[in-house]
Amino acid sequence: MKYIDEFRDGKLARKLSKAIAQEVDKGRTYNLMEFCGGHTHAIFRYGIQDLMPDNVKFVHGPGCPVCVLPIGRIDNAIALVEENDAILCTYGDMMRVPASGRKSLLKAKAAGADVRMVYSTQDALKLAREFPDKEVIFFAIGFETTTPPTAVAIKQAKVEGLKNFTVFCNHVLTPAAIQHILQSPEVREMGAVSIDGFFGPSHVSSVIGTEPYEFFTEEFQRPVVIAGFEPLDVMQSALMLIRQLNEGRSEVENEYTRVVTREGNLKAQALVAEVFELRREFEWRGLGMVPYSALSIKEEFAEFDAEVRFSVPKIVAYDVKGCECPSILRGVKKPTDCKLFGTICTPENPMGSCMVSSEGACAAYWSYGRFRQPDAKSGAKVIKIEKEAA
Amino acid sequence: MVAKRFPMKLDLKKGKVEMVHGSGGRAMAQLIEEIFVKHFSNELLDQGNDQALFKVTAGRMVMSCDGHVISPLFFPGGDIGSLSVHGTVNDVAMSGAKPLYLSAGFIIEEGYPLADLNRIVESMAVAAKKAGVMVVTGDTKVVERGKGDGVFITTTGVGVVPEGVFISGDKAQDGDAILVSGTMGDHGVAIMSSREGLEFETEILSDSAALNGLITQMVEAVPDIHCLRDPTRGGLATTLNEIAQQSGVGIQLIEDDVPVHEDVKAACELLGLDPMYVANEGKLICICAPQHAETLLNIMKSHAYGKNAAIVGKVVEDEHGFVQMETTFGGSRIVDWLAGEQLPRIC
Amino acid sequence: MCLAIPARIVAIEDTIDMATVTLGNVKKEISIALIDDAKIDDYVLLHVGYALHKISEEEAARTLEIFDEVELMEEFTGETSEVKS
Repeated sequence: MKYIDEFRDGKLARKLSKAIAQEVDKGRTYNLMEFCGGHTHAIFRYGIQDLMPDNVKFVHGPGCPVCVLPIGRIDNAIALVEENDAILCTYGDMMRVPASGRKSLLKAKAAGADVRMVYSTQDALKLAREFPDKEVIFFAIGFETTTPPTAVAIKQAKVEGLKNFTVFCNHVLTPAAIQHILQSPEVREMGAVSIDGFFGPSHVSSVIGTEPYEFFTEEFQRPVVIAGFEPLDVMQSALMLIRQLNEGRSEVENEYTRVVTREGNLKAQALVAEVFELRREFEWRGLGMVPYSALSIKEEFAEFDAEVRFSVPKIVAYDVKGCECPSILRGVKKPTDCKLFGTICTPENPMGSCMVSSEGACAAYWSYGRFRQPDAKSGAKVIKIEKEAA
Repeated sequence: MVAKRFPMKLDLKKGKVEMVHGSGGRAMAQLIEEIFVKHFSNELLDQGNDQALFKVTAGRMVMSCDGHVISPLFFPGGDIGSLSVHGTVNDVAMSGAKPLYLSAGFIIEEGYPLADLNRIVESMAVAAKKAGVMVVTGDTKVVERGKGDGVFITTTGVGVVPEGVFISGDKAQDGDAILVSGTMGDHGVAIMSSREGLEFETEILSDSAALNGLITQMVEAVPDIHCLRDPTRGGLATTLNEIAQQSGVGIQLIEDDVPVHEDVKAACELLGLDPMYVANEGKLICICAPQHAETLLNIMKSHAYGKNAAIVGKVVEDEHGFVQMETTFGGSRIVDWLAGEQLPRIC
Repeated sequence: MCLAIPARIVAIEDTIDMATVTLGNVKKEISIALIDDAKIDDYVLLHVGYALHKISEEEAARTLEIFDEVELMEEFTGETSEVKS
């Protein structure tokens, strides 16, 4: 597959691995946070940690829109489909996320609610056209990558005059979240964790460009490298971050030049600006209230706003006691530092946002990395990551 | 049999299954005769009793049962009928047994087209004949509209295990070789491509097939095979985790060596799925002592259903029972049990 | 997050902003409402049924070159902890 296979080449990986080993300063550690769940996934799925020197550590950030959606909003979605004679369309990722009272969209479906998994907002529009007598509600989630497709659907619905299509909007913004993490007391003052540099999200950046990150590098003096999704991209970006740190630079660099430019996708940005506006604040699971970090639908498209057409009360739901997600999301603690990890909290029975989706730090760690052995082919020793007793 | 028992033949073009077809009277008898017996016909079934009578050979017998609820009922490369025959034949054969007889229970939804039912049964008959098994007894029930998904089929199979053959999921040992008989993920991708909401075009066909012929050859050459299992729901990853747990061992795989069709890789990329977890219906995993691996590999490769067979890893000592994999990239990862079915993702 | 994959445009339906793309031999219909100037044989980044951005062939080639650029010093032919040579 073009533009995929070349960026997973094992030979180049080994070369980059040596290049990194060659350039690191053995006297220090490099704590590199990947914000984007896709990078977490790539790191674990390809075993990239095995190819890095010991003093380069990956810190897993909150970049998973599924993980950071507050439980209350999922409760809202379930209520929307159960209380109205509606079809709720959702991306696959949301189906199993546990809401309050051990419910989930999948369980609601099993109990008879019309919950349908869709691949695209276009599928939701199709359903709205096919069932004009039923309300079709699209459960919109995602960062800036996923927001333009929702904007297109809303505009299309307006042009077609669809009377039964609404969107329950939970789109959130990346730079706001990064800022919130960087400003948290642990990071700024206590120095409990040092995040030395960031892997910037790949596809969010293809939409918003690299420009929004320039603020961080100036304000917080930390380098950001916009990294592609494939494992070679991640390694090259790690090398670029290491170089910046060695040279005392804190700039925005772009490794993912094949789809990311400084200005991003202006057409998509314009569409989003036309349909959405900023909410003053929005709750992020594990991060609390984050100002100007989420979008709602503008007044002129209010007829497509589920929160206008239906009653969507604010539901306050609390995370489980003992759950360390707030610290893990900020990179202050590791999954193994959490008492619930692996005992009560597992992918089958997730307690907090970090375990909820396969992109979350705890889920990725559990699924891919919790124990290693001498490898099959060469017999070279791989680091054993022992699971600490809970 | 007295000819012309029924005034009019079933309308196999436009007719529908009705409640009366399941109620035990004349209508049901007609359904059985003109569809089931017509296609399955064999000396045991044709006797027309509620049970099938056959002689039992000395030795050990194997029995297996499967419920089939797949949707859609017809998919690229097969249908619920052929799938049910292959599934049970394979389950029986994975013990090393020669599958002999099948039973087939049908639960049909009121209103289901007779034409489609006929197609399914015909397909089952063809599959059974090809596999060398007979459908000797069965049952038919009809449920009200809305209480079924078209057709559900339950099949049970029996077979006889040859002397000296002891194949079981708890027999994998440190040092054993792990082989697969071909490409992984074909069936699951074929099903998904015909599911609503995911429509993508591909030429991938389900790999649904009866593997008893292949297994007979393998067991004849190497009676001391340790484990055989078909990686159905949950794919290669799930089945290997099951075996690892049953045998109390660990497994190490090499991703580069696991055969996956290019189109299956592409479809999985598209949906965010991992081929290791995608279902197969015509493939087997074979675990054997390392000295037998080449022999078995060659037998598989010379068989129609084993052309892309490969050695994909080995069994190791590991009290945790982990399945690990060396990735194409060079690093290592665990291939874990999945919580539930993989769902397509955006994230 | 943001699972997006490169796919090649093989057909365009301009009037409704849709296109057919292939990934390997798998075909899918997607929306091109978010990009301008789509052409047959262009590669695009596909996410939730939409083309988000065109993929630049030159930049992709350049990136691959950069991966291979580093001159390795002699002592780094396998000194790191887990590198397989």
